[in-house]
Amino acid sequence: MIFLNDPINFIAGWMRGLLTGWGLPEGLTTVIIYVIGITVLIVFAMVLDILLVWVERKVVARFQDRIGPNRIGPFGLIQPFADIIKLIIKEDLTPAGADKLLYNLGPVLAIASVIILWAILPLSEKIFGVDLNVAVLYLVAAGALGTLSIIVGGWASNNKYALLGAFRMVANMIAYEIPMVVVLLIPTILADTMSVQGITQAQSGMWFAILSPLGLIIFLISAIAELGRSPFDLNEAESEIVAGFHIEYSGMKFGLFYAGELLHAFTFGGFMAVLFFGGYGGFFGLEKIGFFSWLDNPFVQALVFLAKAMFGYWVIMWIKYSMPRIRIDHMLAFNWKFLTPLALVVLVNTAVLSKVLAGLPAWGYVLGMFLSNIVIGFITVEILRAYGRKQHKVESKLSPQNTQNQEQAV
Amino acid sequence: MTVDQIIFILCAALILGSALMVVTTGKLIHAALWLVAALFGVAILYAILQAGFLAVVQVVVYIGAIAILFIFAVMLTRREMLDKGAQTRSNWWLPALLGLLILTGLVFLIIGQPAFGRTAAEMPLGVDTLRNLGMALVSQNAFVLPFEVASILLLAALVGAVFVASGNNE
Amino acid sequence: MSIPLSWYLILAAALFSIGLFGVLSRKNAIAILLGVELMLNAVNVNLVAFWRYQDPAKMAGQVFAIIVFAVAAAEVAVGLALIISVYRRRKTVVADEIDLMKW
Repeated sequence: MIFLNDPINFIAGWMRGLLTGWGLPEGLTTVIIYVIGITVLIVFAMVLDILLVWVERKVVARFQDRIGPNRIGPFGLIQPFADIIKLIIKEDLTPAGADKLLYNLGPVLAIASVIILWAILPLSEKIFGVDLNVAVLYLVAAGALGTLSIIVGGWASNNKYALLGAFRMVANMIAYEIPMVVVLLIPTILADTMSVQGITQAQSGMWFAILSPLGLIIFLISAIAELGRSPFDLNEAESEIVAGFHIEYSGMKFGLFYAGELLHAFTFGGFMAVLFFGGYGGFFGLEKIGFFSWLDNPFVQALVFLAKAMFGYWVIMWIKYSMPRIRIDHMLAFNWKFLTPLALVVLVNTAVLSKVLAGLPAWGYVLGMFLSNIVIGFITVEILRAYGRKQHKVESKLSPQNTQNQEQAV
Repeated sequence: MTVDQIIFILCAALILGSALMVVTTGKLIHAALWLVAALFGVAILYAILQAGFLAVVQVVVYIGAIAILFIFAVMLTRREMLDKGAQTRSNWWLPALLGLLILTGLVFLIIGQPAFGRTAAEMPLGVDTLRNLGMALVSQNAFVLPFEVASILLLAALVGAVFVASGNNE
Repeated sequence: MSIPLSWYLILAAALFSIGLFGVLSRKNAIAILLGVELMLNAVNVNLVAFWRYQDPAKMAGQVFAIIVFAVAAAEVAVGLALIISVYRRRKTVVADEIDLMKW
């Protein structure tokens, strides 16, 4: 195997030869190679995070019709480094009465719960952390750790508003885990495996976004709620709850929360790409043709994956900077009364149709799944419209105009 | 000492150390968080035993739901932020003695059985644990009945917990 | 895999005894439930260890462990709901003080 075709195995083999040549035992060599691999992956994720800070600020500026940072470095590219230096030299406060160990543990858990997701993200067919056969469930587990970090941070701040913000945020995150788990079953059913490599390979025929567009939409909504970004960001609503559980965190600890959130958004963009948009594939067989065989390279696949992840991240940012915030009781009602039943209906539909339509040729299968999603979407919109009409009638009866008229009539 | 054994010993130290902190620490929030550490150690143990699905389900169910329930319950049932007074009973030496007796008895039994000293055989090739587990849970002549009964149990617990905690029957 | 089965069983026994100590010696009702969780985890470790060392092709051990997960979750949910309800009435969660029926 040469480097260009199989980079990770090539480097691992070379290191193993080097270390055993130095006389180290076999088990220790393996452990050292794994530790180095983990460190490289984490460093890659964190360096990407620095780039994401710049991307976020430029994109929000463009959405708000301004330019964004452009003074420091060309196009403001050195801006994140200036931010980092500012955060590091800020005073590191610990509020009086705060639980010191838990207070410092909060940001660490928050960023840890994001970085462990990078272990299963398939950058290419040959570049990945580990090919778990329960990778989709691992995604849910990492979300659970994120929830824990928020409670720890909110409690340890010894501040009523921090605790309230943490409660709201955790209620939100736990509520939206349900539709996300249900929708994560859709790629599992369509690909017949929970491993992300398997799901990506299964999309070499047709992307799952076409087979199940409703699944994609529900996954997008629950992912944004899990991330705690607008429009579900009651946690950091500066105008309402004074930055939620972030209040007492200053300096680099706040920087870790903020950077963790951006990296989490990008990682979910990556998962959207893997689960619904074909991951690192997507040339639909073009690379088999002799001239385009360079498209089969792991590095090209990694670039394709990162481009798709960046597109997913851009969609998440687009929604954040275009929509107003939703109130907490509306958020939870939306989840339990609308999103969860819809997710279950879509799941049952996908499961049944994937077996019923299995005999048809490829275009029949794709058309059948796509049309069933459109039909379900249409029925849902009609139900919502009828409900909205009923609400409108009730509310217009209670409006000040009508009650005044009734009083005058009497 | 192979690498496997060293990893097992570290994992066991994490589990038992965290468990001891759960039952002895004075602050209840810390006890709940030490429980999270112990449960995470058990998840690592499942991964060593090549039951990967159980390891991830352990994190999702125990750490992601049960531990968070505990933390919420601790936060909602206190009149002030600190714990005052001793958290263990005054005759704590009696349960400690009982625990030690049970532990000694069990260890004796375990060491007495030579069959338990064996190491694991390799996993037979072609055994897809995940697929077998899925089939076992929904096959008629396997475990579909306990599976369905467990679902009904969870439904009953869900309805019951919501009803009891809503406080409508004041 | 060079770890003998007895190591797993001794670990499970130790975890069980620590949980038992927690249940019997703590005053706070929530702390007692924490001890019960430790005992349930010890049982699960036992089950999965025997599954692996006996016959990994048969799934009884793992299915039993999953049912124990479900039962533990149900028990914690109902138990904590009860404790919160009792706290609302009696303003205490110390197990010794919750000793009178409705008067």
